Amino acid sequence: MTDLRPAVGPVLQPTLDELSRPGRGVTRVPHPPADALAGIPAEQLRARPPALPEVDEPEAVRHFVNLSHLNFAVDTGFYPLGSCTMKWNPKINEWAARLPGFADLHPLVPDAAAQGTLQLLWELEQWLCEISGMRAVTLQPAAGAQGELTGILMVRAYHRSRGDVERSEIIVPDSSHGTNPATASMAGYRTVTVPSDARGGVDLVALRAALGLRTAALMLTNPSTLGLFEDQVVEILEAVHAVGALAYMDGANFNAVMGTFRPGAAGFDAMHFNTHKTFATPHGGGGPGSGPVAVGERLLPFLPAPRVLREADGSFRLERPGERPASIGRVRSYVGSVGVLVRAYAYLRAHGGSGLREVSEDAVLAANYLRHRLRGTYDIPYDRVCKHEFVASSATLHRETGIRTLDVAKRLIDHGHHPPTIYFPLIVEEAMLIEPTETEALETLDDFADALVTIAAEAHTDPDAVHTAPHTAPVRRLDEATAARQPDLHWRPMTGAEMPCPD
Amino acid sequence: MPYGPHTPADRARMLAALGMRSVDELFDDIPASVRAHGLDLPGPEPEQELASRLRELAARNRVDLVSFLGAGVYRHYVPALVDQVVSRGEFATAYTPYQPEISQGTLQTIYEYQSMLAELTGLDVVSASHYDGATATAEAALICLRATGRDRVLVSAAVHPQYQATTHTYLDGTRFAVEPIPTRPDGSTDLDALSRLLADGGRPVAGVVLAQPNVFGVLESMAEASRLAHAAGALFVAVVEPVSLAVLAPPGAYGADIAAGEGQPLGLPLGYGGPYLGILAATTALTRQVPGRLVGRTTDADGRRAFVMTLRAREQDIRRERAASNICTNQALCALTATVYLAAMGPHGLRDAAALGAARARELERALAAAGAPRIHDAPYLNEFAVRVPGAPRIHAALLERGILAGLPLASWFPDDPVLRDGLLVCATEVTRPDEIEAFAAALAGVTAEVAA
Repeated sequence: MTDLRPAVGPVLQPTLDELSRPGRGVTRVPHPPADALAGIPAEQLRARPPALPEVDEPEAVRHFVNLSHLNFAVDTGFYPLGSCTMKWNPKINEWAARLPGFADLHPLVPDAAAQGTLQLLWELEQWLCEISGMRAVTLQPAAGAQGELTGILMVRAYHRSRGDVERSEIIVPDSSHGTNPATASMAGYRTVTVPSDARGGVDLVALRAALGLRTAALMLTNPSTLGLFEDQVVEILEAVHAVGALAYMDGANFNAVMGTFRPGAAGFDAMHFNTHKTFATPHGGGGPGSGPVAVGERLLPFLPAPRVLREADGSFRLERPGERPASIGRVRSYVGSVGVLVRAYAYLRAHGGSGLREVSEDAVLAANYLRHRLRGTYDIPYDRVCKHEFVASSATLHRETGIRTLDVAKRLIDHGHHPPTIYFPLIVEEAMLIEPTETEALETLDDFADALVTIAAEAHTDPDAVHTAPHTAPVRRLDEATAARQPDLHWRPMTGAEMPCPD
Repeated sequence: MPYGPHTPADRARMLAALGMRSVDELFDDIPASVRAHGLDLPGPEPEQELASRLRELAARNRVDLVSFLGAGVYRHYVPALVDQVVSRGEFATAYTPYQPEISQGTLQTIYEYQSMLAELTGLDVVSASHYDGATATAEAALICLRATGRDRVLVSAAVHPQYQATTHTYLDGTRFAVEPIPTRPDGSTDLDALSRLLADGGRPVAGVVLAQPNVFGVLESMAEASRLAHAAGALFVAVVEPVSLAVLAPPGAYGADIAAGEGQPLGLPLGYGGPYLGILAATTALTRQVPGRLVGRTTDADGRRAFVMTLRAREQDIRRERAASNICTNQALCALTATVYLAAMGPHGLRDAAALGAARARELERALAAAGAPRIHDAPYLNEFAVRVPGAPRIHAALLERGILAGLPLASWFPDDPVLRDGLLVCATEVTRPDEIEAFAAALAGVTAEVAA
């Protein structure tokens, strides 16, 4: 009997080059004249056409549609991935970004031809200023990590502008995202890591000891990656500023505090937003995101160029080259990932100020409810009111049953849920960072909690089922060691008869 | 709240479970001195009104112009299936594939992207994507610096000015230096000057960066530049335009160690600047220096072929301050767009698009020359070139009033160059129509006559 496969449901797919047959394909554009490339020296031209796959349209579409069935996504289920804010991505935002007026606009058109987009960007900046309590915003950074780099390069420019060139260190807590120390290194700084205290906050004594005239800035995620609000934030900011350093807030967890905490008003000098987290722009399987950076008075002159400005007559324009000499310059091409920013703008407008506050309230309520539901089954290392996410741990379960967080995560797949973030933050043993977001129904939260409770029981009664999970996914656990030892990063080039002919 | 499922009864049940009366209690950990009480912003907007607002904003942009503008971002015909596939929520609303068992769709498409870009560039290691052409170029410069241990990179003055600017920003905080390689009057990079810059033995060069085609649309002598760089122990970086690689020699063929570039032409909308796709490809020797995600092929516990993110010890979440880069979020959905576009076009379609653009560009060159605007440079070009029009910025503005977007006035990028500030950088692609070329030439002749009179 030949192998059976289901007519519906996920099935592993051949690669495009396995589907390819010489001569297949669809005529998409008119044929060029035979002498189209006559003016180009032969040594500049390709000796052979690229060996790209040749597939017809039904095959191509079925290939990608069937591949899509192998993905878990917010559109298909609950995705409680801590630190990632996998909330619902509203569909009107997708419609908006595809409006031809936005999508077909070249980034180098004269300002007069781009008034709609420039107005949207300018208004978005005003909204982000109010939400952050900051003075101004750059929309250029392409992602949160690039926002961090932008912020730290501005910090450097600020110190340099004051003739303060000896500062060489960036302080990060040990619970920080890996992007923070990596950013410090990219900007030419040395990273100093300070420990967390027993309550999960920054160890203030250690911070004070680390601060000094060598400190350029503190990068602080607030709420922290433990999902806890840094309740010593006032003391921390005072200590940082007392030595002449600046305070950068990693805004990855901002979904918890919209309308209840405005970092600029509290004294932070800069922060980034992750629009793909807080403002519901889709993650796209890894990107694109967008990482606008808001700054206070001190960093205002150093914002990347160009900014979007409003003229006295109500029209909008981009800053001209050299108009603001103190700027750190560009951090990317053009003005930013505008398609993402259109979606973020639509999200903000749909919610309004009151709706954004409700978003945070519901996100925090859902996280605390789940924390409550899991207490007693899993360790809750910092068992106090959390913000939008919390850390649970399988440490006790591991000691009792040998089942680790990795196993629990894989078994959750068999219960129909995406696993939480695991083994992060690094300071918690067998960590699971759980972030339900505000857009999941109570029935879903309960079902997820029930699943985790069931898995804990299975760990005692049927540990093998947990240890070998998942059993219901299109593939089982992967051989990651071989993947790294013998990297196979692309299919083999097609050869000989399969090489496509020029026309 | 528009997208929240919780009823008052749901909230009450959750609060009761927590033993709380009000959600405010959940925010008592925010010190009173810094606690905010709401936002001074407009109220929520029903979807219908929001749709009207967005439609009105979009309508204020001019996308009706007959355009000859490229300068790094190009209009191409995008097969209808591309957006149909990319719009699928299973792709668009997935996260980074950290759980490979339920992410094979994303992982396999990235592997396919890496494979097709490896074919186009002739290089073996293609990152799963970077932010855009500018940041990919800056990262390429950083790879050169790390891999050679030297501290100086040379970037041609004919690389896109925004890529140069971004590279400067990235390196400004470090001990590394970026120096320009000047251009010759024919629009190509001055390779004699490159030789002199490389000959400074006291300051060995880590990398040499040239664009193909360059910012003036001119085709560079990449093989010679690559040879010079390697003779001095430097790495060679090619900044490429991916559709052109259907007809132009791939970077791997002329010895480039790294290719960087803007992937927007591979089916992505113009979108006023993004989201785009940073292409970054390198030789196998540089694998561990390549920033960002890589997907590899492997097997599962039952021996089935499957795909997984690999060589992750380069990345920030593992390596922290010793990572190859701080990149985390990338442009995966844009890489998917490129993958679907390449599958839809196929090798013949991609070649036809590139070659037809070249043919239309030659028609455009003839028409503009006949209208009194000859090419500025005489080195070979593919589908973009600069023409001389005295008073170019004013002419450009006058043409805009007639519905023609006459490329880029080079004065905006090279205000101090006496030749270029009278230049317009124009391009043609397969979507440029002969009647549009005629209309441009006729309008240019008319406007020039008016200005003269």
